[in-house]
Amino acid sequence: MAQVRPISLTVNGVTRQALVEPRRLLVDFLRDDLGLTGTHVGCEHGICGACTILFNGEAARSCLMLAVQAEGAEITTVEGLGSSDGKLHPLQEAFWEHHALQCGFCTPGMLIVALDFLRTNPDPTEEEIREGLSAVLCRCTGYQPIIEAVKAAAARLR
Amino acid sequence: MKPPPFDYHAARSVSEALELLGRYAEDARLLAGGQSLVPMLNFRLATPRVLIDLNRVGELAYIREENGWLRLGAMTRQRAIEFSPLVKERIPLLVEALGYVGHLPTRTRGTIGGSVAHADPSAECPALVCALGGELVIRGAGGERVVGAADFFQDFFTTALQPGELLVEVRLPVMPARSGWAFEEFARRHGDFAIVEVAAQVTLDERGGCRAARVAAAGVGATPLRLRAVEQIVERGGGAGAVVAQAAARAAELVDPAGDHHASADYRRHLTEVLTRRALSRAFAGVERSK
Ligand code: FES
Ligand code: FES
Repeated sequence: MAQVRPISLTVNGVTRQALVEPRRLLVDFLRDDLGLTGTHVGCEHGICGACTILFNGEAARSCLMLAVQAEGAEITTVEGLGSSDGKLHPLQEAFWEHHALQCGFCTPGMLIVALDFLRTNPDPTEEEIREGLSAVLCRCTGYQPIIEAVKAAAARLR
Repeated sequence: MKPPPFDYHAARSVSEALELLGRYAEDARLLAGGQSLVPMLNFRLATPRVLIDLNRVGELAYIREENGWLRLGAMTRQRAIEFSPLVKERIPLLVEALGYVGHLPTRTRGTIGGSVAHADPSAECPALVCALGGELVIRGAGGERVVGAADFFQDFFTTALQPGELLVEVRLPVMPARSGWAFEEFARRHGDFAIVEVAAQVTLDERGGCRAARVAAAGVGATPLRLRAVEQIVERGGGAGAVVAQAAARAAELVDPAGDHHASADYRRHLTEVLTRRALSRAFAGVERSK
């Protein structure tokens, strides 16, 4: 068996050290080793987007990365979006107000993708929002309330 | 599923990557952005004994302009290219095409070199390299060689890269003045691999005739296909509607797609005609506007 490797990284502002097998997927490391189960795992091949995290500030599929690749990286998961006093991120607030979730399975991925999307496109058209969010699949909402929420959050974050 | 066990090396330089490739030979796979290879690992369709990770080879991530060419380091992220002001100005067709490559969170990781070396027959980057007559810079233990797009893409997922070799750079000619471009794609959902896609770039001369045309289609065969006969029709006849229609009809004759569960051969041929017509019309209309 391949040997375990030491890795050191920052997750939601906290430094973490661990020993991982090279084949350990980053999403499984976050969920099973660090107990951060807010990041979901759906398809494990890059289609559903439920596992999306911020990797050094950019949205990435954590099922398509190895934990060893995160050595030295800064990662933000859905748990890191709100402030430590429990206040929601404006984007999360907009999701709440617009009923942008039902079962919530896609929500962490939606939030992370929307965050990175709005960072590079702070004043998007609805068409652009649809294209940006096409990176994450939702089986419940029909997407409409999610698009409304992102639109509202964009205005609030500008 | 989860990947089977493998050993992992993060190369820090091209020479270290080549040294590792030499040491592990056929047992090793190179890991670029991982947006195709990691799914294959997860499905256990790929079971390499060793992974050589290129993500820490900083010398392979760059965008440079030199003598009329853009030189893109193989590990340049698709998103970095998509947002590069230099690329937008020099090869806007590439920026437009990248908008169809997966999604935002796959383009942050996916690289131009990874996509070109993977050579998926319906991927956008290989089609672009073919259309523009790009060059691929390959390095191996014996030194460096440069291969033209026409010789690089050989078959389904098969390129001129030999065991022990590494794609280090993708070179694309800068768009000349008085040019227009368009990338047209049909896919089931945005971000999916294309069923058919067509890339076109046209350049006019001073009198408004078509000096040069570049057209390639993908999703219609084992490799992307440069459609030289289509280019010649508009180079002779220009961008009038009837000429473009004739060129598009010729495109449909030139391709010989196979049918699969996504689309029949006839449907792909039909799409080739429609998308070629749209791409050429939009490319010519774009030059008019930019004059
Ligand atoms: S679990 Fe990563 S994209 Fe579906
Ligand atoms: S809320 Fe259930 S999948 Fe989106």
